[in-house]
Amino acid sequence: MSLKKVHDNQPKEFKFTDGNLKKAEEILKRYPKKNKKSAVMPFLYLAQKQNSNWIPLAAMKYIAKFLSMPYISVYEVATFYSMYNLAPVGKHFIQVCTTTPCLIRGADKIVKLCKEKISPNENEISQKGSCSWMEVECLGACVSAPMIQVNDHYYEDLDEKSTIEILDSLIKDKPLKPGSYRGRNNTAPEKKPTINGENHA
Amino acid sequence: MLKSENKIFKNLYNEYGWEIENAIKRDDWKDTKNLISKGREWIINEVKTSELRGRGGAGFSTGLKWSFAPKEVGSRPHYLVINADESEPGTCKDRDILRFEPQKLIEGCLIAGFAVNAHICYIYIRGEYFNEGKRLQEAIDQAYKKNYLGKNACGSGWDFDIFIHYGAGAYICGEETALLESIEGNKGQPRLKPPFPALVGLYGCPTIVNNVETIAVVPTILRRGGKWFASIGKPKNTGTKIFCISGNVNSPCNVEEEMGIPLKDLIEKHAGGVVGGWDNLQAVIPGGSSMPLLSKEICDTITMDFDSLIENKSGLGTAGIVVINKDQDIVACMARIARFYKHESCGQCTPCREGAGWMWRILDRVVKRKATFSDINLLSDVTKQIEGHTICAFGEGSAWPVQGLLRHFRKEIESRCRDEPLIKKKINNPYLVDQHLLENKNA
Repeated sequence: MSLKKVHDNQPKEFKFTDGNLKKAEEILKRYPKKNKKSAVMPFLYLAQKQNSNWIPLAAMKYIAKFLSMPYISVYEVATFYSMYNLAPVGKHFIQVCTTTPCLIRGADKIVKLCKEKISPNENEISQKGSCSWMEVECLGACVSAPMIQVNDHYYEDLDEKSTIEILDSLIKDKPLKPGSYRGRNNTAPEKKPTINGENHA
Repeated sequence: MLKSENKIFKNLYNEYGWEIENAIKRDDWKDTKNLISKGREWIINEVKTSELRGRGGAGFSTGLKWSFAPKEVGSRPHYLVINADESEPGTCKDRDILRFEPQKLIEGCLIAGFAVNAHICYIYIRGEYFNEGKRLQEAIDQAYKKNYLGKNACGSGWDFDIFIHYGAGAYICGEETALLESIEGNKGQPRLKPPFPALVGLYGCPTIVNNVETIAVVPTILRRGGKWFASIGKPKNTGTKIFCISGNVNSPCNVEEEMGIPLKDLIEKHAGGVVGGWDNLQAVIPGGSSMPLLSKEICDTITMDFDSLIENKSGLGTAGIVVINKDQDIVACMARIARFYKHESCGQCTPCREGAGWMWRILDRVVKRKATFSDINLLSDVTKQIEGHTICAFGEGSAWPVQGLLRHFRKEIESRCRDEPLIKKKINNPYLVDQHLLENKNA
């Protein structure tokens, strides 16, 4: 269960843009009419995207009204799931996976670099550029460890050098391309299979 | 080793293109109409013959699970739900299926949906896999365009729709009933079972929940025959499986292999060997973080299938293999896994909610060499009090890795503990549960 704190500075009003209203109608069609509560998670994503990657309380109340459910039920969902940000994050939101498979391949070095380059503490907006970072649990790209997620994209097979390049590019607001930073083809093994371990280090 | 003609996921690394045209060249959607026309009984029997066991971790017989769905549709519709909430540390196989073999999954959904009388399928993808979900949606749209989905899907006379539902970063939503709660728009907290989802599932309707890999292999099984699938691997542990080999190996990778392949072969032939050589191996987590680790002696000879791993007090789980070599602090590795479980506990059952954090705090003390000998027995006791005393298997998932550590590395832990009681040392240890009692003179 993740601990979450809502932001002190809350906008008074929130409503979906016309574009998002259309999307919301589309989303509602996916679920049975009497179960429109199911749309609460996709709606929270819409709200988060519309409001520069965080969800204000007003948006939760708006969604509650939209789906005719008590707003506490929306709060419940928004606070339970770790991907809903209840306070502002950087324009480039860096999530560093530090669970064991990444840890043993050097995720702690990436955390150290984030502390040096972006901000000493998690979830602080950087002084230069607009970045923030946090440690997260397994992102499900373990054979490409260590890795980070920046907004929606995965940067994989990192080392210190490539991490510095990526972080610098984010601070300059010119993000490098996501994907593998050892130039390999997705999750394929990098060398030809060896027999009886003859060729390995 | 698996012969290349027996490989099911030929495009695992996207060498041949994921688009529907390329997928059709790889025999996806071939004769689907014909397969469906052979009827429900035939499909379920063929899957039973193949002895396919669920690839999500529990290893339950897929054919049997499907046969639990009511034969006739009553007043409530049936649902098929695909579990693509891949969050088990060490596992990243479903991601590659979603990205590079989406048509296998979509075709499998149609066949499975027909077999369990479902017209609607929800695919629950973890929120972090945003791009994978986008890719899957593109693939679904391509299938709709070819009339493989929708009304009279693939000319089979069966109407079938697939919708994607994104999770939002909760590991527990990989548990099937928590996943259903999440689709219903609630917190992802597991339900008491029984009733099982096959009778009372999504929106109170009969629901079959399957893992991505399980469903994606079904079309190939039906095309090539259940007997073909059953001929690969070992008895009761049949077929092929995608193994994810991560951690301290020279070339970490995903690879499809036959069930029952020796672990050493997987690591040496596919993943380029352990960093520093086989003798530098310390331990292996064989099936995602919830499965107890194996010591090197076991790794020398073990084969990777459900039953032989159970014999060695571990499990195949999701087949996410994490290799840990001697350069790593094994206690720190497991303490980090304990922290993962502390973070991900849904908080519904007390033993898990309190115990997961407790285990992490004790292990953290061991790492920092601040633990006492009595902590070891306490830790062991906590794991036993969590195990079996929770609604879902998360309790076991968090307790087993710690039990595995105690089983194989007790000496290592003991060497870091000290004798004097914590109170005398006057260490200001914020982790201790009842610290406030110690500070109170009247306690």
